[in-house]
Amino acid sequence: MSRINSPDELEKARNEILSQKDPNKPCISICAGTGCLACGAAEVIAAFKEEIKKQGLEADINTKGTGCPGFCERGPILVIYPEEICYLQVKPEDVPEIITQTIKEKKVLERLLYLDPSTNENATRESEIPFYNNQERIIISNNIKIDSKSIEDYLAIGGYSALAKVLFQMTPEQVLEEVKKTNLRGRGGGGFPAALKWEGSRNAPDPEKYVIVNADEGDPGAFMDRALLEGNPHSILEGLMIGAYTIGAREGYIYVRQEYPLAVENVTLAIRQAEEYGFLGNNILGSGFDFTVEVHQGAGAFVCGESSALMTALEGKTGEPRPKYIRSNIRGLWEKPTVLNNVETWANVPLIINNGSDWFNTYGTDRSKGTKIFSLVGKINNTGLVEIPMGMTLQDIIYKVGGGIPGSKKFKAVQTGGPSGGCLPGSMLDLEVSFDELTGAGSMMGSGGMIVMDEDTCMVDVARYFLDFLTDESCGKCVPCREGVKQMLKILTNITKGLGKEGDIELLKELGEVVQEISLCALGQTAPNPFLSTLKYFRNEYEAHIEGKRCPALYCKELISYYIDPEKCQACMACLKKCPSDAIIGGKKTIHIVDQDKCTKCNTCLEVCPPRFSAVRKISGEPIPPPIPEEERSITRGNKEK
Amino acid sequence: MSKILLQIDGKEIEAEEGMTILEAAQAGSIEIPTLCYHEKLEPYGACRICTVEVEKKGRSKLVVSCVYPVENGLTVTTRSEKIDRVRKTILELLLSHAPDSEKLLELASEYGASKDRFEKEASFCIHCGLCVRYCAEIKGKFAVGFINRGSRREINFIPELAATQCWNCKECFPLCPTSALQAAYVFTLAQVSETTAFKTDSK
Repeated sequence: MSRINSPDELEKARNEILSQKDPNKPCISICAGTGCLACGAAEVIAAFKEEIKKQGLEADINTKGTGCPGFCERGPILVIYPEEICYLQVKPEDVPEIITQTIKEKKVLERLLYLDPSTNENATRESEIPFYNNQERIIISNNIKIDSKSIEDYLAIGGYSALAKVLFQMTPEQVLEEVKKTNLRGRGGGGFPAALKWEGSRNAPDPEKYVIVNADEGDPGAFMDRALLEGNPHSILEGLMIGAYTIGAREGYIYVRQEYPLAVENVTLAIRQAEEYGFLGNNILGSGFDFTVEVHQGAGAFVCGESSALMTALEGKTGEPRPKYIRSNIRGLWEKPTVLNNVETWANVPLIINNGSDWFNTYGTDRSKGTKIFSLVGKINNTGLVEIPMGMTLQDIIYKVGGGIPGSKKFKAVQTGGPSGGCLPGSMLDLEVSFDELTGAGSMMGSGGMIVMDEDTCMVDVARYFLDFLTDESCGKCVPCREGVKQMLKILTNITKGLGKEGDIELLKELGEVVQEISLCALGQTAPNPFLSTLKYFRNEYEAHIEGKRCPALYCKELISYYIDPEKCQACMACLKKCPSDAIIGGKKTIHIVDQDKCTKCNTCLEVCPPRFSAVRKISGEPIPPPIPEEERSITRGNKEK
Repeated sequence: MSKILLQIDGKEIEAEEGMTILEAAQAGSIEIPTLCYHEKLEPYGACRICTVEVEKKGRSKLVVSCVYPVENGLTVTTRSEKIDRVRKTILELLLSHAPDSEKLLELASEYGASKDRFEKEASFCIHCGLCVRYCAEIKGKFAVGFINRGSRREINFIPELAATQCWNCKECFPLCPTSALQAAYVFTLAQVSETTAFKTDSK
């Protein structure tokens, strides 16, 4: 493919690509995102290639490795076009049958379809699966349509038409105005209006400016940026180019964490392809606009996702935040005006340009427009990436999209906003998910992590867990974050160990306030959130741990004991044989008893005790009943089993 | 340079553009406590002890005076219940590391901070970075630096550099508000005393 020098040539190239594609030719799109690859997608793709070759069908069937469509729980996922048949959890051994039955005979293989547990009916297409059809997938839906390594595929779905539009039909001011009308807010966590950020940089007198894609996604359990960068890297590049044109930048950076090798590979390839086609470099599409992009790999520090630390790291220094009393859009990278936006924010930009602000504004709430992609994880049936319109309730996200809580467990809390977000209880399930509502409820949007917790989760331990993460990931520069969060962690750890004292809650609150108020960057300023939000909604659990030395969720090891109910024990030997620390006393026909001194609280006895006996239980905050006298321990099958 | 007018503790102060609140206060003989600040070094904003309250457009917030640039019409308060509470907590957190630091104890008595509020963790270093920054910014030697991050962060002399550069300099020693720096240096010397490089240099 030769360089494209004008919008006309772009349209010609696009038409040529489209003319070579036969819409009726079967195409098997297999998710080749990290999640599905981990489930064996590479073997499935290889099996398809081999089978197609074996059957001599190379000219009749296309296969492509695509980006992640989101339903990671059921990977490897594939979609067969033109019928759009969606198969889940496909294995290499299913491949010959898919070719002979579905492709050749046009027969659908029921066993690979989604089975709706509520109706017991199969869903053939993506759009019939509740996980998908309750979403509003304006960004992520393109992932499964295109080969993530093919610029031709991106052009085929209209790629780079937004770039051509801004370069030839819009002034930078008009672009700014259009984005401003959508009130597009930063998807990385802060929710700052992107257009205001851009405007500040555009108006800054320094002629040298930069644009940056923040792809240093570090929240535990969050992977939406990875999916976009892996699956549709050109859409991020196109958004970045539009931003650069708007503010007058000639250089851009993609700061992507090293732990995302496939994202690095795909975006690096995309940059090379864009350079070859003339979408990057000098005189882009013959417009006179020059722009280049470089990929910079992060070295693993969570704090580098914070904009000023990211820029410091990009400059080659230790990734530590700097004071932001002068915003980075005025004085950022190398002290030059710099617009940094998150992957998902940039991904929205070409959509806004192509479809207009009116279209974009049909999604979302008054103050939060558009959609947001969340990583729905934890105790939830449909784990994966979900794109929902802003304003959908937590209830709908968890139950309609997420399919509810597995097992017969009760919902307890949902944690949003990453490690420094907050936990919201069942009483908040009607909350409409958007920037201000989440902040108002004591949590935050963050970059879109959503961790669902069930009744077995101890909220004190959850706070301890996240503060442990943050203590580890604090850069250590400023005192409140380095020392204050560490002290909070110590107190919380003590509480979960049953060493909590009166006054601990007050001390935690006092420390939390100071840390929030005067930490250098957002990591510290939000670090007390896991504690403050769990205290707000689950104070009784803190009090139970401190005053009653009791863990209501029966989770904190130091506060629970395992006990075998002598009335229920049938001396079946199951726990006795499986206990890794020989802590079960008893034998055949002799009721089992837990030796509390030897017990390591590994939970094995509870797991292996047959449900029809249910003799093992956890107790907390009350004395363990003394073992029954030895002479009463023997049982005879006849009278006890009835 | 254009002049900037602001008010600190009710006193009209004339400052120059680009100055920080701390510099403006010092120019007006108003005292703000500092730990990681040094007039010869780039402002660092790490210890947060110089936190003050600023009022702008009717809204007040806590800011760190060593890095906050002066603005026209800014109203600054350097002592208040809120500020004192922050300073007290910072001192208590630092005293768990360096309970005998004279500078910290002096400030602690001013702000009513207890040195026993938090469990002792006598690392002695309070990570003010004065030594690290002085060595880098003034001496251009980079012989001492930070290693690790978060709560595991500590200062460390680079043995090879310390062996050849520090013996005749030691200009960072008097900057240290605790005894941690000398301890780190002595420790490094002990570690490198076996190396030829150090022996040749110290002779």
